[in-house]
Amino acid sequence: MDFKGSDTIPGPRTEDHLPHTAQAAVKIVIVGGFGVGKTTMVGSVSEIRPLTTEETMTQAGIGVDDNFGSETKTATTVAMDFGRISITDQLVLYLFGTPGQERFWFLWNGLFEGALGAVVLIDTRRLEVSFDVIGRLEERGVPFVVAVNSFPDGPRYPIPELRTALDLADEIPIIECDARRRASSRDVLMTLLRFLHSLARAKARA
Amino acid sequence: MVAGPDGERADIDLVTLIVARADPPPSATPEQAAMLRLCTAPISVAELSAYLSLPFSVVTVLLTELLAAELVQARAPIVRQALPDRSLLEAVMHGLQRL
Ligand SMILES: Nc1nc2c(ncn2[C@@H]2O[C@H](COP(=O)(O)OP(=O)(O)OP(=O)(O)O)[C@@H](O)[C@H]2O)c(=O)[nH]1
Ligand SMILES: [Mg+2]
Repeated sequence: MDFKGSDTIPGPRTEDHLPHTAQAAVKIVIVGGFGVGKTTMVGSVSEIRPLTTEETMTQAGIGVDDNFGSETKTATTVAMDFGRISITDQLVLYLFGTPGQERFWFLWNGLFEGALGAVVLIDTRRLEVSFDVIGRLEERGVPFVVAVNSFPDGPRYPIPELRTALDLADEIPIIECDARRRASSRDVLMTLLRFLHSLARAKARA
Repeated sequence: MVAGPDGERADIDLVTLIVARADPPPSATPEQAAMLRLCTAPISVAELSAYLSLPFSVVTVLLTELLAAELVQARAPIVRQALPDRSLLEAVMHGLQRL
């Protein structure tokens, strides 16, 4: 581990500090294939310049740091972008944009656990990337909405057609977005929150 | 929350908020001292990992030591529950609306 030494560590700018009243955080994960706009979406709504965290994984999906002495496994470093939105003086929302290699998304222990929900960003040029991730979110019971990024050279499908192609239940929201625009990315997050709220209401009634 | 005698890791999430409880003691390692300086205000484990350029799992090991030494406090995240807290969701919506 090439640790830089404590004097050279650049910390957050003073204006990026959370208030001392910050009590708890929640997280939302943005998933999607290579180059679909995850980093763009995180950056367009984040109040801080997006940062990158990383994790070292073995093929078996276990953090390698406690595997010293055991036989060598191929380790891969996976980097993930994230941003932050202060909700109140007490509550902070973090947004994580998963890296492009789908097989690592679910190996990152603790990324999806506890997340309020997920946004599946869809590139209509490569829909197949989304099948696997949608299946795995369903398996794990992570609620999600689907956001279709409008790339100029991407084929445009009517929403019902996309729903059929992705085999999505009727209640799962699908919306179009432009991840470069803050208001549009915010609307995607609002759609997820409204969906989560409707699920909560339905459960409370049940 | 704190490491057991067999060195198991504290239950730390990417968005657990960490706050320093004390200045770095003379005995602190450079990593620990750097970490303590970064968390004078509440900061998430993900941000610590980013600023320190250390993998998440390495940061959790360092934090486990700092928690055991009572040099930092951890504020656990609010996680998704079987029956989600509607007032929490409403608070997040209000926050997003102000963006
Ligand atoms: N037209 C259009 N372009 C976009 C949109 N979102 C992102 N882009 C562009 O697409 C490119 C890739 O965006 P990124 O945000 O880097 O994508 P990513 O998903 O983070 O990519 P990886 O991390 O490499 O998987 C950039 O040049 C963006 O400017 C969008 O909504 N509309
Ligand atoms: Mg990216």
